[in-house]
This record gives sequence, structure tokens and C-alpha cells, in this order.
Amino acid sequence: MTSLNTYRAGPDERGHFGIFGGRYVAETLMPLILSVEKAYAEAKNDPAFQAEFRTLLKQYVGRPNPLYFAPRLTEAFGGAKIFLKREDLNHTGAHKINNCIGQILLAKRMGKERIIAETGAGQHGVATATVCALFGLKCVIYMGATDIERQAPNVYRMKLLGAEVRPVTSGAATLKDAMNDALRDWVTNVADTYYLIGTVAGPHPFPAMVRDFQCVIGDEVRAQMLEAEGRLPDSLVACIGGGSNAMGLFHPFLDDASIRIIGVEAGGHGLDKLHAASLTGGRPGVLHGNRTYLLQDDDGQIQEAHSISAGLDYPGIGPEHSWLHETKRVEYVWVTDDEALAAFQQVTRLEGIIPALESSHALAHAAKIAGQLPKDHLMVVNMSGRGDKDVNTVARALGDTFGGLL
Amino acid sequence: MSRMEARFAKLAAEKRAALVTYSMAFDPDRAASQELLNGLPGAGADIIEFGMPFTDPMADGPAIQYAAQRALAAGGTLRGVLEMIANFRQGDNETPVVLMGYYNPIYSWGVEKFCADAAKAGIDALIIVDLPPEEADELLPHCRANGIDFIFLTTPTSDDSRLPTIVGNASGFVYYVSIAGITGTASASATAIGDAVSRIKKHTSLPVCVGFGIKTPEQAAEVARLADGAVVGSAIVQAAADAKARGENPAQAALALVRELAAGVRGARG
Repeated sequence: MTSLNTYRAGPDERGHFGIFGGRYVAETLMPLILSVEKAYAEAKNDPAFQAEFRTLLKQYVGRPNPLYFAPRLTEAFGGAKIFLKREDLNHTGAHKINNCIGQILLAKRMGKERIIAETGAGQHGVATATVCALFGLKCVIYMGATDIERQAPNVYRMKLLGAEVRPVTSGAATLKDAMNDALRDWVTNVADTYYLIGTVAGPHPFPAMVRDFQCVIGDEVRAQMLEAEGRLPDSLVACIGGGSNAMGLFHPFLDDASIRIIGVEAGGHGLDKLHAASLTGGRPGVLHGNRTYLLQDDDGQIQEAHSISAGLDYPGIGPEHSWLHETKRVEYVWVTDDEALAAFQQVTRLEGIIPALESSHALAHAAKIAGQLPKDHLMVVNMSGRGDKDVNTVARALGDTFGGLL
Repeated sequence: MSRMEARFAKLAAEKRAALVTYSMAFDPDRAASQELLNGLPGAGADIIEFGMPFTDPMADGPAIQYAAQRALAAGGTLRGVLEMIANFRQGDNETPVVLMGYYNPIYSWGVEKFCADAAKAGIDALIIVDLPPEEADELLPHCRANGIDFIFLTTPTSDDSRLPTIVGNASGFVYYVSIAGITGTASASATAIGDAVSRIKKHTSLPVCVGFGIKTPEQAAEVARLADGAVVGSAIVQAAADAKARGENPAQAALALVRELAAGVRGARG
């Protein structure tokens, strides 16, 4: 597989990355999936669509966001120069908005009037509710009851933005179950509804389309690093739940063979206990419209994932990541809840930046390896979102009640 | 002639439609669902759909979602499902059995080996909800090699340009999902069903069975006048669940409903 000329050509015309990806959906949805594919193929090649997307990213999202050299983290880690890609500075506080801008323009182009989405941490729900407010479209967000509890501030933000948040109580009441209910809604309201999937997963064309909209992250990093250091980075590190922030950073660099690329999964309580590390702890299967690595038992039943980070608490991963894992172009590792919590605090104290618990996984792995790397090694860590939403979760995990304030 | 072909030939001779029933294996437990399965032909089921439990039944409404949860809690496995069908076959070698569910447990088993094992257990056909024609080529050759029909689903969103893609590889019968939605919720009008069945029959000579939203003997009779079969699932599953909640025998409660549905279907064209 190392003889591939490019890692950027996928998927094939049926939406497959090697054996991964595809369109494993109920027949009711197939005509709609095919029309999304056709509409996106046209939009992608339409300069007017691309221009509107770029303009909104600049004027509404606030791009480009900085590639920030983090001096105190670099000193603390004691090796590689650490650069943080500041997706946390985007409007709505995470990378999720990049994709939402792209897809809402597509939904509008397709004449859809009602938008549905699933959310785990609430960041994608907030970003979806935001673009629906911007374009005056009806918005329904499916969110697991467990997540509603641990991400209460985001739930209220969605309501303020005019979205209806529907609690999902089936299964463990987290992201996987929210996705099931969103699919049930879509199959029932197929005529007027657009499902704005928040990550690089689901049936084709979503994994490729969401990737394309998120590639602005890596494209900016390339230009910014060339300007700052006069050369490309040596390594890239990003956290992975479904994997959209990671894919957005990684994809523009996949064919730069010298760059080490590392995806960090959520190891939860450890791989021998409850976790969400689908690539390290799972095997290929079919769920939610695609074939990919899944946490499952011997009988092919899907297992519940666990992560302290609601955004990573999912038993699957985007299919292109599964392919990059098997082709070994990207290295996939995991860190535990405790390691992510430690990184959360360290980065907050040293840089004055509160990272999302999701992003804290990437930071925790950077902390592990940066010290062994030379001082001229340029490492980019994706600060995929800000951590304000996680303050309650962190306080609870640290046993800190602030005198009952939280 | 396969069991499926023989059954539709017999129904054609009797000039009536099929009653197709759905129940979930291991719901509420293995013994009760075996009792229900084995009693279905006697209660008037012409074709049996047997559900494989799955953790994430994305096309199902609450009745079948809960059934799957109960079945998994009762220790339901795919191996167990095949054993139950083999048990059924010891007493009945004529009623076609369609295994219905989601793809991952089969993929996990290994598609080639699964098709061989399913045929050996006495399974006649498969309905895999999340395997549309675009992805079915990884399973179809193994179905054919083992004499298993792969039942394709048509829906209100399957227009005349889509239908040939769906029915091109179909065998056994064609399933018409009469509403855009999940199981056990809304019902389609007789006019809409009649129009859809006529349209599908322009593209295939296979029997057309209609499901989703058929709950009562009256509705089953109405569909039996319009199509070659009426499929009832959630109502049967719910009847068993309600009986269990009342402390009654779930299998017998479900079979009582099946007898009423069968009377409706048999009297439909009388």
C-alpha cells in the first residue's frame, strides 16, 4: 500500500475508501442520498457556491483563525515546537461550523426547508442551530438524554437560537442513539428534510463532503506554517471521535510523505475497560450508513462507547480514517479520560486557553511525545474547540464544587 | 421449486393473498418466541418473517425497538436464531421463512458462511434493511449459491427510474414499504397502496407484498385485495408484549391476533 501515488483520490464513485464507506441505508433514503450526491457534485464545481462558502467562512466564522505558536507549552513539553490551530476561535467555538456553513448552502440549493442533526457535545447542534437561524430554516436537533445533562449550556444555546432539541432516551442515550433517531426522522420526513451530518461518517457522500468543507483547516495550516517557519510542519496531531477536525487538518497533507500524522482516539477508562477507541479496540462492521471500524461484540452487536468527552463518545469512526489506518498512512493512538483531564488543566494554566475536552485528547498525546522530539521539530495540534462547555464536567471529575457554585 | 415459489403457487390456486407475519426472535425470551414461531402456520401465517435482534434498529419504530432490546437482554444471538429456525423446520417443511434484520450481525458472521449456514437451518429468504441494491452485490452471489432469495424493498420514494434498479436482481417477492417512515407508525391509504402495487407490477412479474402500518384484520383484508401479500409486524410484537405485561402467555396472545388477521386475509376476496 505504500506505493500509492496519492492518498487524496478517494472515495470511488460508489463512495468506498478501500472496503470502507459506502451507502448502507434503507431504500426509502436511497433516492435522497443519490440526489444529495448529485447536488454536491454540482455545487463543488460551481464557482458561485464556492465563493459564497469562502465569504461566509471569512465574514461570519472569522477565518482564517491563527496558527498560534505556544511558547510555554513548548517549554513545558521540552522538545518539539508546539503550534495550536485555533479552531476554538471560530464563531460558535469549534471547527463544526465550517461544515455547517457548507451543508446549509447545499440544503438551500436543494430547496430543503427543515434541517435535522444529531449532536454529542452539543457543538455540532449549536453550529447547526446557528446556520439555521442565519438562513431562517426550521431546525430539529437530536441529542442523547445523558449528553443533554452533561452539556446543559449548549442545550440552552440551541434553544435560544430557535432550534427544537429532542431528547433521545434509547440505548445509553448518547451520540449513537441520537444518530439512530435522526435517521428515523429523515426516513419519515424525506421530502422536505435535510440531515446535516456533523462528522466525516454516514452514507456517501457525507464522509467526503464533510471532509472537503473541513479541509480549510489544513489548507490554512499549510500557508500559515510556510509563512511562520518557511517550511511544512513535521507532525500533525488531532483528536478523533467521528474524525472531522482530524480529517480537515490531515487531508491536505496526506501526500507529503515526510509528515508524521497522528489521530488520537478516546481511551476512556482504558482499553480493557469502557472506551471509545474504535480503531484500536474495534473491527470493521456496518452502522449508520457506512462500513468502518466499530466497537462490537462477537455477534456483531454494537457496544456502548465511553469517553469523558461527549463529542468522542461514539463506537465508530469515519470510514476514511479506517482506510488511512489500514494503509498505515496515519498513526492512530489513544489517551485516557485522566490524561485528557490533565492536559485540559495544563494547557489552561500555561497558555490561558481553555481547550475542549475533545481537543484535550490531542494535547495529551502531544505532551507524551513532544519531549522526545528535537527542538526544531514543528508540531501542529488541532485546538478543535474551546472548553467553556466542559467546565461543569471537569469540575465534577476533579471533585471541585466551588462551594456549591456548580 | 423453492418453498417460496410453491407457497405462492398454492396461494394463486386458492385465489388469495398471503398473510406474512413478523415476530422477533428471543422476544420476550427464547421459549416464548419458539412457541410463537412454531404456532404460526397453524394460526394461518402463510409466510413467516423472523426478526434478528440488533442494537441499532434504525428503520424501526418503538414496538420493534423495544422487542430488540428485550431479545438481546434475553440472550438473543444470531446462532440462537438459526437454531430456532432449524427447530421450526423439524415440524414444518413448507412454510417459507424470511430472516429479517440489519446487516452487521451477518457481516460479522461472514457473508459466505452465513448464507450456507442459513440455508442449512431452513431459511428461504433474507430482508436486510440497510443493504440497498447499491451495496447488495457483496451478499447476492452467496444467497444465489445457497438458494436463498434476497427480498428487495420498494418504497413511496422508489420512482419509475429507480424501480428497475431495485427489482432487477429481485427474487422470491418484492416488498413494498407503504409509507416513508419507520415500522409500526402511520398507515397508507388504499388508493396509494393500489397505485404503488400497479406501478411496481409494471416492472416485475414477482408477487408484491405490502407492509408497514398494517395493524388490524380490516387493514390486512384491504391490502389483501390490492396486493399478493399483507405483512403485519409491530401489531403482533405489541400484542405479545402487552400480554406479557398483563401476566398472560405472550405467544398465545400473538397467535390469537394472527388467527384474526388470517381470517381477514382469507375473506378479503370472497
